[in-house]
Amino acid sequence: MAYVREKYDVVVVGGGHAGCEAALACARLGFQTAMFVISCESIAMMPCNPNIGGSSKGHLVRELDALGGEMGKNIDKTFIQSKMLNKSKGPAVHSLRAQADKAKYSASMRRIIENQENLTVKQQEVTGILTNHDDVLEGEFLDNCYSSTGSDVHKVSDNSELSTINPENTVNTVDNTEKIIGVRTSSGAVYLADAVILCTGVYLKSRCIYGDVSMHTGPNGLMAANYLSDSLRAHGIELTRFKTGTPARIDKRTIDFSKMEEQFGDKKVVPFSFSTDPKDVQIEQESCWLTYTNEDTHRIIRDNIDRSPLYSGVIQSTGPRYCPSIEDKVVRFSDKPRHQVFIEPEGSYTNEMYIDGMSSSMPEDVQVAMYRSVKGLENAKIVRNAYAIEYDCLAPKQLKNTLEFKNLSGLFSGGQFNGSSGYEEAAAQGLIAGINAAMYLKGEEPLVLLRSDAYIGVLIDDLVTKENHEPYRMMTSRAEYRLLLRQDNADLRLRKFGHRVGLITDEQMEQLTVKEKRISEEIERVKHVNIGTSEKIQNILKIHNSTRLESGTTLADLIRRPELDYEKLADIDPHRPDYPDDVAEQVNIELKYEGYIERQKRQVHQSSKMDMKKIPADIDYDQVSSLRLEARQKLKEFRPQNIGQAGRIAGVTPADVSVLMVYLRKTRGGIG
Amino acid sequence: MRDTIAAIASGMTASGIGIIRISGPEAFRLPAELFRAGKKVENPDLEKHPNLSVYEWKANTIHYGHLYDGDACIDECLIMAMRAPHTFTGEDTIEINCHGGLFVMQRILSLVLRHNVRSAEPGEFTKRAFLNGRIDLTEAEAVMDVISSQSDDALESSVSQLGGSLKNEITALRSVIMDELAFIEAALDDPEHMSLDGYANELKKKIQPVKQRLSSLISSFQNGKILREGVMTVILGKPNAGKSSLLNVLTGEDRAIVTDIAGTTRDVLEENVTLGGIKLRLLDTAGIRETSDRIEEIGVERAVKYAGQADLILCVIDSSRPLDENDEKILQIMKGKQAVVLLNKSDLHTYVSENDIKRRTDAAVLSFSAKERTGMDELAETIRGMFFGGDVSFNEQVILTNVRHKEAAERAMHSIKLVEDSIDMDMPEDFYTIDLMEAYRLLGEIIGESVEEDLVNTIFAKFCMGK
Repeated sequence: MAYVREKYDVVVVGGGHAGCEAALACARLGFQTAMFVISCESIAMMPCNPNIGGSSKGHLVRELDALGGEMGKNIDKTFIQSKMLNKSKGPAVHSLRAQADKAKYSASMRRIIENQENLTVKQQEVTGILTNHDDVLEGEFLDNCYSSTGSDVHKVSDNSELSTINPENTVNTVDNTEKIIGVRTSSGAVYLADAVILCTGVYLKSRCIYGDVSMHTGPNGLMAANYLSDSLRAHGIELTRFKTGTPARIDKRTIDFSKMEEQFGDKKVVPFSFSTDPKDVQIEQESCWLTYTNEDTHRIIRDNIDRSPLYSGVIQSTGPRYCPSIEDKVVRFSDKPRHQVFIEPEGSYTNEMYIDGMSSSMPEDVQVAMYRSVKGLENAKIVRNAYAIEYDCLAPKQLKNTLEFKNLSGLFSGGQFNGSSGYEEAAAQGLIAGINAAMYLKGEEPLVLLRSDAYIGVLIDDLVTKENHEPYRMMTSRAEYRLLLRQDNADLRLRKFGHRVGLITDEQMEQLTVKEKRISEEIERVKHVNIGTSEKIQNILKIHNSTRLESGTTLADLIRRPELDYEKLADIDPHRPDYPDDVAEQVNIELKYEGYIERQKRQVHQSSKMDMKKIPADIDYDQVSSLRLEARQKLKEFRPQNIGQAGRIAGVTPADVSVLMVYLRKTRGGIG
Repeated sequence: MRDTIAAIASGMTASGIGIIRISGPEAFRLPAELFRAGKKVENPDLEKHPNLSVYEWKANTIHYGHLYDGDACIDECLIMAMRAPHTFTGEDTIEINCHGGLFVMQRILSLVLRHNVRSAEPGEFTKRAFLNGRIDLTEAEAVMDVISSQSDDALESSVSQLGGSLKNEITALRSVIMDELAFIEAALDDPEHMSLDGYANELKKKIQPVKQRLSSLISSFQNGKILREGVMTVILGKPNAGKSSLLNVLTGEDRAIVTDIAGTTRDVLEENVTLGGIKLRLLDTAGIRETSDRIEEIGVERAVKYAGQADLILCVIDSSRPLDENDEKILQIMKGKQAVVLLNKSDLHTYVSENDIKRRTDAAVLSFSAKERTGMDELAETIRGMFFGGDVSFNEQVILTNVRHKEAAERAMHSIKLVEDSIDMDMPEDFYTIDLMEAYRLLGEIIGESVEEDLVNTIFAKFCMGK
């Protein structure tokens, strides 16, 4: 039976990586927050790969950290191996990737969640959302409604919020916008809330499949959430169905590592979080191992391809191209004789090893044969089978770039529910959804990061303006201004935003200001340090294989030589101030790549003009007579917020954009 | 809402049939107010009783009848009714096919314009077609080129561009760039699975053909411009050498269109002629015509004045008079310029031979006779050789005829050179992509395509990514 149980400011549905960040952000910004989870054991669980970070995902974690999120700090405490990827490439594509101790990671995050002021965890399945258009609450139940905000239990019927529950009572409300008022759970309890954040991950009507085995469960055999989808649909929300997969876990004792190449972590580990002391992450690290599939593996897969649910048609939802199952790889890239397989530990206290590169949904007997065909895995025993998982998720065009629903005030969503994939993508969205739910409650300006501000900006802009037919993964190639969006300068780019919303303290902000000042002063200084042609200098150049100086130059010009850098020239720069490494790093990058950075800044300037041109929310595209039919449909579907977004929608051509701009100029006497 | 526009679509020359095109939301109002189907009637009374059946006309239908200005019947006509969006402009369109006399067409147009319709600006139908997404930018520009092209070769070139040969060329270049971009990006995103070792040199090789194609496209612009706008030509020669005779031969055959070019001084008139398919813009023809009556003072001065502006100098020398100081000076001024010396043959004594001149200049030397009108074919052939590298078929070669295209190609070329610089400077591979992407984007501008998801799609299509 339905009854009102409690009232919160914010309800977060789900306790995965998105849910954790969302709940922490709201609670830290002072709002009474309830986080609903299917199981408390599933908080911050890593049901797939045991990594945090990776190419471009490492950027997301650093950005999230700069804004005041938790993921970076948590992985710094719980990693067992860490690498800076792409170190031989430019600074823009350096990216941190850590192996996590999965159990430790979850436990550590759970401790933070459970001890966070203003935050309550509830193990209950949320079965529906409630809005002011619903007529589900009978007056008598309202008496049972308590506020959680303090020990003074007060009747919520005093709360003006309730006058909007019954549509009959809303006669004086001219504004007919649908607003969120709470959620319903499987016990029948109603929790009122002014904002709700959906972070349901892969749990909505999920189904796990391998071979002809199909179970209606979430990941790792956890319960699926089978009711919320229908409630969302009933509120006019369009859902779609995506698929992803995970490889088998194999007992470490049954693997012959002598046939594999050992993969070590970096000697000097760089922490994810700007607030972690680099000294604290220099730990003893675990190894990973590299092996390969071979013709045998591929033959086993080809011989049994008709038994794969992907190819037999049992799974019809769309899987990601970047994370193909091994059967996909074998079929699509049939000319490749072998594929890499990384064997990665799932933690320090478990023997389970993750078989990176061989996710599958083949029947159990094929899985056994296929894994055992790989060098070093001849006697492997599988602990957990590989499986594919299908789930309901959102068509994210229904969201604003604040991650609030366009047609349902107060409802936000983040993470895999929004059609993304990956822990980092999820956490980043969860943080933004949490911040913007808080801004919504405060009546303050929401936080919207542009494509030129952050990978997070790219991620969200892509999600809300592009049609995704597969789970969305972040990639460095998706960021057009990646030289500006480096992982090393995430704090310089984003701290100010975190400070504005209240997640970054004044003290942290002051530290940043000091850093900024040091960087700019040091760049200025280095540009004015003159270097002569003395033998001492020529010798140092010779050591670094750099050509002799014919005449004097500046230190800055020497730093720009490809074979030299700021660090290497310390000896010929006696007046160098003693600044921390992160300042030196910025000075070096800003000088070395000055020309390229300037070019990207110009490109940003060009394109940001388009993003500044706002499109009124009430625009009637049927009135824009000369739009092509396809463009009109797409624009009606996505309802972009500005001209830049409109141009990025697939199916909207530059000609359509000019038509739109002409129309706006005519009707509004100017855009934006 | 756009307004409704009208113009004579069949060109301002007398012909069998004239077409007046009306495009815009109110296009169908015009026949309703001006047209009655079937035989001529005495008192159509269209003002009080507009022909409402017009609004019911189906798309792509033809209607026979008469046009009336009040009670007066103006012409018998056929009206084609076309409905948005399946028309050239994408808007409702009415085309009135009337008798082709200039007077009739003008009268119908002015009648239409009196009924709250605006006269179309040059190219406005095309502009609307572009804005309504009926044609892309290259096509729109090619249509404009067709409309404004005045010589046969330019027309052919525009037509082939309209058919997409420029688009094909640019698309091919872009796909080379995209393949490289996708490879680098895939390797950066998946560094543990893909290596970029030794790739820099490979990339350097692969972009050479792109550079060459771009550079020949860019240089084709000069040809393209000459094709479209004509060769700026000046006729020089001392007084009475036969400049006006040459002018008459050139213009006489082609019925020169005399135009006042904006921004030039009043006495510089320009005449356009087509010689063997190539358009020549003859500078200062007024100067030539006037000086025939004036004292001999301006020969050399004119040469100094115009030699710098012209793409081509045609120097006329009278073969019946010995070479004098003036001739020598003019030949001197021509040095290093594209020039042809034309020996004006007369029936009188011949004092100057072709060899006499060849000894003094590198320019081609030809003979012509104003009286017999000979020598023009050779002149055409020579000019062709000078500007288009001889026997070039304009159908096969893609030529840039548009300033916007040329600038984009130049900037793309610059970006490709920056990629080379990055390689030479040993920059890490991810720096190549900044300028490769810029080149890709700029080339996309030429054919009106945006970048969108191209890169990500190519990466997934070509490379096995991820776990």
